[in-house]
Amino acid sequence: MKKKTLYLLLSAALVFTAGCGKNKQSITLAGSTAFQPFAEKLAEQYMTANPGASITVQGGGSAVGIQSALSGAAQIGMADLVNLPPEARELSATIVARDGIAVVINPANKVNDLTIDQLRDIFNGKIKNWKAVGGVDKDITVVSREAGSGTRTSFEEIVTGIDLSGNALIQDSNGTIRETVANDAGAIGYLSHGLLNEKIKAVLLDGQECTTEKIMAQKYKLVRPIFLLTKAQPGAEVQSLIDYILSAEGQQTIQQNGLIPAK
Amino acid sequence: MKLNPKHTQKAAVAVLGSATLLTLTALVFIIVFVLQKGLPVLSWGFLTGAPQDMGRAGGIFPAIAGSAALTVLSVLLAAPLGVGTAVYLTEYTRESRLTAVIRFGADCLAGIPSIIFGLFGFILFVTILKMGWSLLAGGLTLALMILPTIIRTTEEAIKAVPLSYREVSYSLGATRWQTVYKVILPNALPGILTGVMLGVGRALGETAAVIFTAGSSLRMPSSIFDSVRTMAVHFYLLAREGISAENAYGTAAALIIAVLSVNLLAYWMMNRMIAKRT
Amino acid sequence: MPVTSEKIMQRLLTAVAFSALSALLLIAVFIISQGLPFIFRYGLREFLFSSQWNPQAGKFGIFPMVVSTLWVTLGAMAIGAPLGVAGAVFLTEFVPRSVMSVIKPAIELLAGIPSVVYGFIGVMVLAPLIRDHLGGPGLSLLAGSIILGIMILPTIISISIDSIMAVPRSYREGSLALGATVWQTVRMVTLPAARSGIAASIILAMGRAIGETMAVIMVTGNSVKIPGSALEPVRTLTANIALEMGYATGMHRQALFATGVVLFVVIMILNFSASYVMRQRKARR
Repeated sequence: MKKKTLYLLLSAALVFTAGCGKNKQSITLAGSTAFQPFAEKLAEQYMTANPGASITVQGGGSAVGIQSALSGAAQIGMADLVNLPPEARELSATIVARDGIAVVINPANKVNDLTIDQLRDIFNGKIKNWKAVGGVDKDITVVSREAGSGTRTSFEEIVTGIDLSGNALIQDSNGTIRETVANDAGAIGYLSHGLLNEKIKAVLLDGQECTTEKIMAQKYKLVRPIFLLTKAQPGAEVQSLIDYILSAEGQQTIQQNGLIPAK
Repeated sequence: MKLNPKHTQKAAVAVLGSATLLTLTALVFIIVFVLQKGLPVLSWGFLTGAPQDMGRAGGIFPAIAGSAALTVLSVLLAAPLGVGTAVYLTEYTRESRLTAVIRFGADCLAGIPSIIFGLFGFILFVTILKMGWSLLAGGLTLALMILPTIIRTTEEAIKAVPLSYREVSYSLGATRWQTVYKVILPNALPGILTGVMLGVGRALGETAAVIFTAGSSLRMPSSIFDSVRTMAVHFYLLAREGISAENAYGTAAALIIAVLSVNLLAYWMMNRMIAKRT
Repeated sequence: MPVTSEKIMQRLLTAVAFSALSALLLIAVFIISQGLPFIFRYGLREFLFSSQWNPQAGKFGIFPMVVSTLWVTLGAMAIGAPLGVAGAVFLTEFVPRSVMSVIKPAIELLAGIPSVVYGFIGVMVLAPLIRDHLGGPGLSLLAGSIILGIMILPTIISISIDSIMAVPRSYREGSLALGATVWQTVRMVTLPAARSGIAASIILAMGRAIGETMAVIMVTGNSVKIPGSALEPVRTLTANIALEMGYATGMHRQALFATGVVLFVVIMILNFSASYVMRQRKARR
């Protein structure tokens, strides 16, 4: 008997607190998990400057971002795809940041730079051993992202001519690629340049380092855009948030945390 | 030549013992791995503070609150539903093709990948029913995920209660519900609790389904329509987007300690309930 | 009074059971409705038996994934079931009750560890071990089976312990009184009596193994190939769905749901065979 009344009380409590629900001008951003942490930080700063605003950031991936923007579940969709799919045509897209893609290998690997052609042949499976590019006699383990990933699509579109080897391993996030390459002396992969750390080593591409300066100077070629998608006529609060992200302060936050400013 | 049964027993104990040892070693290794990386990060500030700087600094309190709220909600929904269904299937219906089909259906649903539950929840609860990313959507989805486990374990626990108990109860003039409530359920309680504990474990550790339904907002929830982030999701995002490995493991360590406490608490409560009845 | 509350309880329980079951049915309908149109349009034979998975080019063959799912699940069960049941037997029959009552919650603890954690441990510890001692890239079918096998242990051990403990003491005492050793009793009396619960635990665990996504994605390498050995990287059906769902739109997305339908059928077949085998063994006695 006592258990039942406990249940009833708890459910009642939950129902009553539900009264608060969705309130005032709350903006929801949803989509790209790569941009999500940055969006959270920007939202934090925006809310400190504008106490009336209430912003929530969700993940789910770029496709969820597009769908949510279309269905209205979110006011802003975040997508890190190089080319937006046809469904997104009716949405208005703004580039708010760019992301450099670093090609990484294990720190124990003595190779320091590769040409784009060598990169292409490695990922196609034509070059199978590190000694062909100046390293030791060891099989190359290619690690790539899943089909449809923004990082991968950008990588393949910029390097061109990649028909990923059937032997390539596929991991589904930046962090896992980093761990995989860090734990395998013969591995090669690519990830967002903001995630470089001492566990992996970035190679020079055609002699260019993967740094913010080189990317902004357009010397380092592997870059991809981050889009914010809204319905054609976003509300005033939404536009205000987007303007903030594009402002000097917003762009500085973006740069400080590892992405590249939009311009 | 017949083998001396005492010898076969010794051999059996050796084999079983080594199997158990192997299992326990693997399990201990995992716990030690996480705690070793995560305990150094745990501090009062970490547990009660809010995340800052994308999770690289600050604490994980909203995630702890999120995990607690979501788990409680999903168990509150799934346990009565699951136990009730199991009681209905065992005590209120005759064993027939229909019950076999229902049982088969529950078993199959236990195998559906969590991402499908997540998508289902996203489409039905978040979008169509307009709950948005919320505790409610997440709780409903997680409840559906742990429902098969609770139904099946409760069913097995009820079937294990000896027939004689029921016979005695009925012969004393009790109705079916009285028998279930006063005789069968109390005796089946340890088994039911196992099912609920396994469900709690699943709910606490789930990521894909939670992200699609309860979202991953870092703010403290104030109602069941608010989005929450659970500790498991926090680990998932910190580790996979490469934001902070230490904080990720700190979160995992906090999660392990939480699960352990919940388990121990549940068993302690159950032992007290059993002691009171005997 | 007992009569009316009896009637109320009966109605209530019926309602509860049917709402739970219809919710589960709803999910099944959901998957099928999203995936079936694609199968009809693309062709079941091409979908199931082609080895070419290239969504960008409109090619959706999942044969390698079906084969890999079966192998990974089989491997996980081969590791998890014997270890689990053996552990449960050892902990109930050959270990003092006080020790067991501490170990059981500790094992259930492991059910609460997020699968991503298992995945990371697999990438950082297990895969290098396999690569250094057995060969191959480390991320492989074997790694997947081992991690899954470990993940399902809590389910099998916990539920089996409950089933074994539920066997009435009189069964054991009778057997021992007849002069049997504890092991003989376990083998010929206790285990058969606990069979139903142990079988349930294995079937539930198998479901968990098939449906596990996160950990599997991180340790199996996800290459779309039919594995020639346990050391090669593979991609399971669940991995296929989870990897690409985040970016899939249009036909690609439908193809992924269709993969879910196939998975559902695989689960049904495996569950059906498992319970068939259990029923046969029961009939033989």
